[in-house]
Amino acid sequence: MIEMLLYSAITLYGVAILIALYRIAAGPSLPDRVFALDIVNVNLISGIAIISILLDTKAFLDVILILGILAFIGTISFSKFIERGVIIERKRND
Amino acid sequence: MRTNNVILRTVTRIVVIIILTLAVYLFLAGHHAPGGGFIGGLVLASAFVLLFIAVDMETVRKAVPIDFKLVAALGAFISVATGFGGVMFGEPFLNQVFGYVELPFFGETELTTVTIFEAGVALAVVGVVVTIILSIAEDV
Repeated sequence: MIEMLLYSAITLYGVAILIALYRIAAGPSLPDRVFALDIVNVNLISGIAIISILLDTKAFLDVILILGILAFIGTISFSKFIERGVIIERKRND
Repeated sequence: MRTNNVILRTVTRIVVIIILTLAVYLFLAGHHAPGGGFIGGLVLASAFVLLFIAVDMETVRKAVPIDFKLVAALGAFISVATGFGGVMFGEPFLNQVFGYVELPFFGETELTTVTIFEAGVALAVVGVVVTIILSIAEDV
């Protein structure tokens, strides 16, 4: 029973990633694409958590942490690029 | 309009400590579990990149006065130098040994020479990744 629930959940996460990939390809503006990339990352984290339950292992938990960090830094970089036009500033101006 | 990123700077003060702790954990866990010097160095480099994004380049260079090209060269030197340790005892190049030592506080501990090699790999990865990202960002 619980295994069937897990398999259906991971299938739904795959469908959600596919929909977000369509939004990345066809998104009208750059913030739409950044948001869709964040959705892909969050769904990947959830899918890896379900896979580690299904395989009954703790080896994938580090992957979740690293994906979280990279998604955080990537979203911040895109947001700063959209707002300021430059990601790493040369010197402090405030 | 004056813009600032006070939220990002406040979050970064906490998150950088978490990322550095995860990097040290991944480096030490790499002997028997997934992890190791390469991925520990990458996570360490991502902490530096987050610092460079949150505050600017000059402030981080003043706070962390390290030339990252020298760090990369030092890491590569350490990795190759541990390879010659095996040659001195008549073993093949890059031969590594391990042993169980009784330490006063930790009890019986497994000490290896692979850890020194992995530390060199981690230093090389940090130096190369931060140098690449900084030289891309300076061209703007």
